[in-house]
Amino acid sequence: MSDRWVAVLAGGLSHERDVSLRSGRRVSAALRSVGVTVEEWDADASLLTRLREHRPDAVVIALHGGEGENGSIQTILELLDIPYVGADSGACRRAWYKPGAKAELRRAGLLTPDWVVLSQSAFRELGAQPVLDAMVDRLGLPMMLKPDQGGSALGAQVVRAASELPTAMVGSLAYSDAVLAEKFIDGVEVAVTVFDGPDGPRALPAVEISTESGVYDYTARYTAGLTTFHMPARLDDATAAKAADLAVSAHRLLGLRDVSRTDAVVSASGDVYFIEVSLSPGLTETSLVPMAIEASGQSFGALYADLVDRAITRSQTR
Amino acid sequence: MSTADHLPDRSGARSLDPHLGRYAARAAGMTASEVRALFAVASRPEVVSLAGGMPNLAALPLDFISEQMRSIVAEEGLVALQYGSAHGVPRLREQICEVMALEGITGHPDDLVVTVGSQMALDLVTRIFIDPGDIVLAEGPSYVGALGTFASYQADVRHVVMDEHGLVPEALRAALTAADQAGRRVKFLYTIPNFNNPAGVTLAVSRRAEILDLCARHDVLVIEDNPYGLLGFDGQVYPALRSMDADNVIYLGSFSKTFASGLRVGWALAPHAVREKLVLAAESAALCAPTLNQMVVSRYLATHDWQGQIKSFQTTYRERRDALLAGLAQHMPAGCTWTRPDGGFFVWLTVPEGVDTKAMQPRAVTARVAYVPGTGFYADGFGSRQMRLSFCYPPPERISEGVRRLAGVLADELELLNTFGPAVSRSLSGPQTPAPDTA
Repeated sequence: MSDRWVAVLAGGLSHERDVSLRSGRRVSAALRSVGVTVEEWDADASLLTRLREHRPDAVVIALHGGEGENGSIQTILELLDIPYVGADSGACRRAWYKPGAKAELRRAGLLTPDWVVLSQSAFRELGAQPVLDAMVDRLGLPMMLKPDQGGSALGAQVVRAASELPTAMVGSLAYSDAVLAEKFIDGVEVAVTVFDGPDGPRALPAVEISTESGVYDYTARYTAGLTTFHMPARLDDATAAKAADLAVSAHRLLGLRDVSRTDAVVSASGDVYFIEVSLSPGLTETSLVPMAIEASGQSFGALYADLVDRAITRSQTR
Repeated sequence: MSTADHLPDRSGARSLDPHLGRYAARAAGMTASEVRALFAVASRPEVVSLAGGMPNLAALPLDFISEQMRSIVAEEGLVALQYGSAHGVPRLREQICEVMALEGITGHPDDLVVTVGSQMALDLVTRIFIDPGDIVLAEGPSYVGALGTFASYQADVRHVVMDEHGLVPEALRAALTAADQAGRRVKFLYTIPNFNNPAGVTLAVSRRAEILDLCARHDVLVIEDNPYGLLGFDGQVYPALRSMDADNVIYLGSFSKTFASGLRVGWALAPHAVREKLVLAAESAALCAPTLNQMVVSRYLATHDWQGQIKSFQTTYRERRDALLAGLAQHMPAGCTWTRPDGGFFVWLTVPEGVDTKAMQPRAVTARVAYVPGTGFYADGFGSRQMRLSFCYPPPERISEGVRRLAGVLADELELLNTFGPAVSRSLSGPQTPAPDTA
């Protein structure tokens, strides 16, 4: 591996820039630790020129949100014929839009909480209160509100009373033009990391998330110590297998590649519900994917170096 | 949660912070926040940042400073690169007294402690005066960095209303009386009288004696923080509170806005009895402010037309202030009010009722404009209808563009609020929030 050099893309202009910069630094250090030459590049107006002039052997996309996950950066790398780690542009476009991903997985028979998507203009044109009332009738309370795209729990809120709903809507719509409202499943939150290997996608043991506040929000995600993780999750074998199957199925059905992280909730009755999938998962010091890798006894750097190799091989055999 | 819960155990439970059970209570609020995360985007050139308070250093004579620094190291390197006294470089302390004389202060170099920026001076003052739970009075709104310092010493911060002429004496009297009646001790009043950060307003000269008198009668010390005092756009200089009461005012000064913020040289001028404790506190905090940096400032004051340089800063900031005020007048919707500073870096903007500037911030980042939501400038949750706009750094045309973008963001937010109607509640928002532009 040491004769290869990789550009790690991090930063960008999305709301998740700060998280992305931390992910970029972490994965860069991990790759360097196994002998890969790494440069960290911001995704700015100079990126295309840099890619053209320097042509890295491969790119690792540590961008979260926006252009890093909606297929735009991937399209550019495909245009330039530069290998990269992660899902291709078409799969990104499908998985990035949360309601679309949920619909696709439900069609395939996977469990996912009931949901509705409503745009700002729908509320404006149809009148907010009747729409909010209908949402409560359909989904019940509490309900989960989040922007229809983006990650890091930015703009995500649990709404416990109908009176909180208008204010929560304003908060979520600050991040996107549409809101995904979802039936709240009371249960155990787990995250399952999936990696492609020689024998296809395989799930690492689920990580269970337990927060003091009960909500795994931005503060709980990125403040070390506010969340307790159980690795592996405290699930019986059958439920753990269901969670792994769900994550691998989501990875396959959405056409994801190399790595993904599926967030799920295990209900009291043992059902495992798909919540969302991240195709460029967080790689920071407090993120779930590096934690799952280390808990499985593997090296974060070696695993990502392997993904780099796979990307290069994929490009050579195309 | 018990300490044992934070440590890895055989069942695989793991906290990412094994020190969690060890932190002092004062660290409780030190967590990641969405607001701070969004500021990462503000640093990108695509974003017009009206958020930061970075001085505009472009006009500094860099070649001259470079030559002076070279000369200091070449000629006095063994002093410049050595530890110094916690008190500060003697020659610089004399020069600082000359600087303060511009605002009417008669200070003795022995009563002055040089610090790592005035932020350190504020930390030292708080350290030696505040026990947990002691009351600190501060303007509402007040400097976010000061509120952070007060929080770290677990002070009980009470805000005192300002209007367009600064701190309102009647409100100060009421706050002091209320504390007296409750049997509570107010340790000091923290005030930024000139070109306030974040409000932009200046304490009327006619109020200054009254405020000093009130504090003296209630046995309350005054901490006067004055980083912007020489940055009046018309060259006006107001008499420092310290110039009117040498016994009951600790004056904090800084070269961050009048010379170079990166050198981190500030100071405290204290009554003689306090000075010794400040020196000892400075010694335990940092041993001394960087000697080299102090000597650079001293050389700059001795060999450069620093007052002429400040005049050039005044011109720079006046142009930017004008651009911001013109943009606000042109673009802001009805229901907005703002202050009109005649010096300093900041304008305080109040937006129409119902808008929460913190909740609106992601929308602004998407539109490539950044500001600081008002709640950061209050210790008690107020300020949700306000924001601080800084005009010090971007060039005038970028400021104009930033205000145009901000107006678009605000229009979208108002449309959204109109859609959801009065059910959108902001418990701490609304006209009851006291602010210098609405009081």
